[in-house]
Amino acid sequence: MPERKGMRLLAHLALTACSIVFALPFIWVMVTSLKPVEQTMTLPPTWIPKTYYIQLSGKRLEVKKGIVTHEAGVIAVVKDGPKNGERIFIPNSQIKGGKALLQVQIADRIVEDYYPIDTEKEVQPGWVQVIEKLPTQYEKTEPYWTFVPPREITERLKFWFRNYLDVFIKIPFLNYAKNTLIVCILGVIGTTFTSALVAYGFARIRWPGRDFIFMLTLSSMMIPFSIVMVPLYGVFKAFGWIGTLQPLWFPYIFGAAFNIFLLKQFFITIPRDLTDAARVDGCNEFEIFWRMILPLSKPALTVVALFHFLYAWNDFMGPLVFLTDKKTYTLSLGLQIFQSQHGGTEWHLLMAASAMVILPILVMFFFAQKTFIQGIALTGLKE
Amino acid sequence: MTKEEKRELVKGILFTSPWLVGFSIFVIYPIMASFYYSFCNYSVLQPPRFIGLLNYKDLFTDPIFWKSLWNTGYFVIFMIPLGLVTSLSLAMLLNTKVRGMAFYRMIFFIPSLVPMVAGSILWMWIFNGEYGLFNNFLMRVGIPHPPNWLMDIRFAKPAIIIMSLWGLGNMIVIYLAGLQDVPVSLIEAADLDGANWFDKLWNITIPMISPVIYFNVIMAIIGSFQIFSQAYIMTGGGPQRSTTFYALYLYQTAFEDFRMGYASAMAWILFVIILILTLLITRVSKEKIYYGG
Repeated sequence: MPERKGMRLLAHLALTACSIVFALPFIWVMVTSLKPVEQTMTLPPTWIPKTYYIQLSGKRLEVKKGIVTHEAGVIAVVKDGPKNGERIFIPNSQIKGGKALLQVQIADRIVEDYYPIDTEKEVQPGWVQVIEKLPTQYEKTEPYWTFVPPREITERLKFWFRNYLDVFIKIPFLNYAKNTLIVCILGVIGTTFTSALVAYGFARIRWPGRDFIFMLTLSSMMIPFSIVMVPLYGVFKAFGWIGTLQPLWFPYIFGAAFNIFLLKQFFITIPRDLTDAARVDGCNEFEIFWRMILPLSKPALTVVALFHFLYAWNDFMGPLVFLTDKKTYTLSLGLQIFQSQHGGTEWHLLMAASAMVILPILVMFFFAQKTFIQGIALTGLKE
Repeated sequence: MTKEEKRELVKGILFTSPWLVGFSIFVIYPIMASFYYSFCNYSVLQPPRFIGLLNYKDLFTDPIFWKSLWNTGYFVIFMIPLGLVTSLSLAMLLNTKVRGMAFYRMIFFIPSLVPMVAGSILWMWIFNGEYGLFNNFLMRVGIPHPPNWLMDIRFAKPAIIIMSLWGLGNMIVIYLAGLQDVPVSLIEAADLDGANWFDKLWNITIPMISPVIYFNVIMAIIGSFQIFSQAYIMTGGGPQRSTTFYALYLYQTAFEDFRMGYASAMAWILFVIILILTLLITRVSKEKIYYGG
C-alpha cells in the first residue's frame, strides 16, 4: 500500500530528526572534551577539535590563534624606557619617526611617551596573531608569537586527549572513582542478596500480616529521600558515620523496597509444583530459595544489581548530605565541587571529567542492553 | 493458630527480618522522628527543643516556601503533559515497526542513564548565554535575541524542563513495552470497521495502555517533588529563587541554614502532599483504568 509506505518514511524521518536531537548533547560533550580551551569558547560553536600550524624558518610550529588585526603595524622590540626589550605589536598610527607611542608606568603614574623601537616584521591588516602552543597550559615559559596572513596557517584535525590527563592532575579522580566503586559494589551485593531473601518471604510463604507489611513496603517507595534525610543524618551522626562512606551503602544491606517489589513479582511467576517437589524431597525453605529460586531468577537479579549500581553511581544528594571529607567524595560530588570552582572557564576539562563519569555507565549499558530495557519495561507493566 | 500456621509465620518473619529491621530504622523511624522534629527547634548541634506549631505557622507566612511550592507546581503543570505527549509520541513512532527500532530506542534511552551531575554540567554548557549550543541554534533559525536561559527569571524553569525532556527515555521504553502489548486483533477489527487513526488511538490504544500512563504520571509527579540536583548545580535555586524547587529549599533549610526543625515541617507537608496525590490517583484509576486479564 503506497499510503503505508509514505507513513513509514515519515516515521523514519521524524525518528531520525529526534534521535539527532537526543544524541547532540553527547556529541557536544565529546567534542568539547577533546578541544583545547581556546577552541571551546568560539562563535559560532565549532564541531571539530583542530590544531593549527605555521612554517617558521623551515620548521613546523604548532600554534593557537589570537586576535586579528584590522590595522597595519609592526612587530618590534622596544629599545628604551621601562618596556626596554619587550617584543610588542604596534599599529602604524602609533609610530612617528621610528618611535612608538607607548603607555608606560613610571612610579605610580601611567604616562604616554615615544620610545625607540627595532622593527622585526611588518604586519598587514587582516593578519592573524599566532601563539606557540606549549605542550601544557601550565608551563611557565613565554610562548613565541607572531602575526601571519591567514593563508599561512594550516589546520588539521586533532583530538586533545591531553585534557583527560589534565583532569587527573586537577582533581583526585581515581580516588573519587574508588570511593564510588566501594559504595556501588557493597550496595549491589547487599541489596541484591537481601532483597531476594525478603522477596522470597513475601512471594512464597503465606503468613498473617504479610500483605499488610508488603503494602507498607510498596508505599514507602513513594517517599522521597528529602523527607527522611534530616532524621537519617541524626542516625548516622549518632553512629559517627558522617563523612564516611557507610551511610551510602549500609542501609541497602537490609534490602530496598523497589528491589523487593521487583523480585517478588518475578518469584511469584515460578511454578509452585517445582518447589513443592523439592519440599517433598526434604529440602528446607532456605535450600529451596538458595538452590532453586535464585538460579531461576538470574535475569531479575541482574536487573536489580544493575539498577542499584546505576543508582549508587549517579546519586548526588546522598553524598552531598553525608560526605563532609574530601577524601571520601564520590565522583558525583567531586565533579560538582570541581564545577563550582572552575565553572565558566575550563569547559574542556569539565566535559572531559563528565565524559569519564558517563562513559562507564554507557559501557555497562551496551553490555547489558537487553536486561536494562526489559527491566525498565518490567517496572512499568507489572501490577 | 495451628502449628502449621505458626511455622509459616516464623519462616515468613525470618525471611523478611532484614527488611523489617531496615525498614524500621531507615524508613519508619525517620518519618516518625521528622514528625517530632517538625514541632521543635532543632539544629543537630543542640538537642531538639519543643516549640509547638511555630514551624508550621512560620512556614505559612514564608514567601520562599510558597515560591518553592509554586516552582514545583509549575514544573508539574508543564512537565507532565509535555513529557507524556513527547514520550508517548516517540514510543508510538517506534511502534510503527520501522527498521532500526532497537537503535532508535537505544538513542532515546541513553540520556536517562546519564548521572544528574554530569547532565547538569553538560546542559549548563548548552544553555550558556554566550557560547552555548542552544542559543546558537535559536539564532540560526531566526530568533535574534534568545534569552540567557539560566540567568533569566522567566526562562530558568523552562530550561530545566527542556533538560528533563531530554532525560525521559525510560518512559519511552515503558510506553513502548505497553504499546507492544496492545492486541493486534483489536486494531485489525477497528480497521475493518473503518476507524481512523485518531479513533484507534483514543478508543483502543489509550485505554489499553492506561495502567502504564497511570504509573508514569504518578512517578512523574513524585519525581517532580524530588527535583534537586539540576537546580542545585545549574542555578543554585536562582535567579531570584525562580528555580528553588521544594526539595532544594528543604535541603537548604536543613543543611545550609541548619534549621532542621523547620525543614522537618516541610518534609511532613511534602509527606502529606504525596500521600494525598497517591490516594487521589489510585481512586481515579480504579474507575477509569482498564487492567488486562
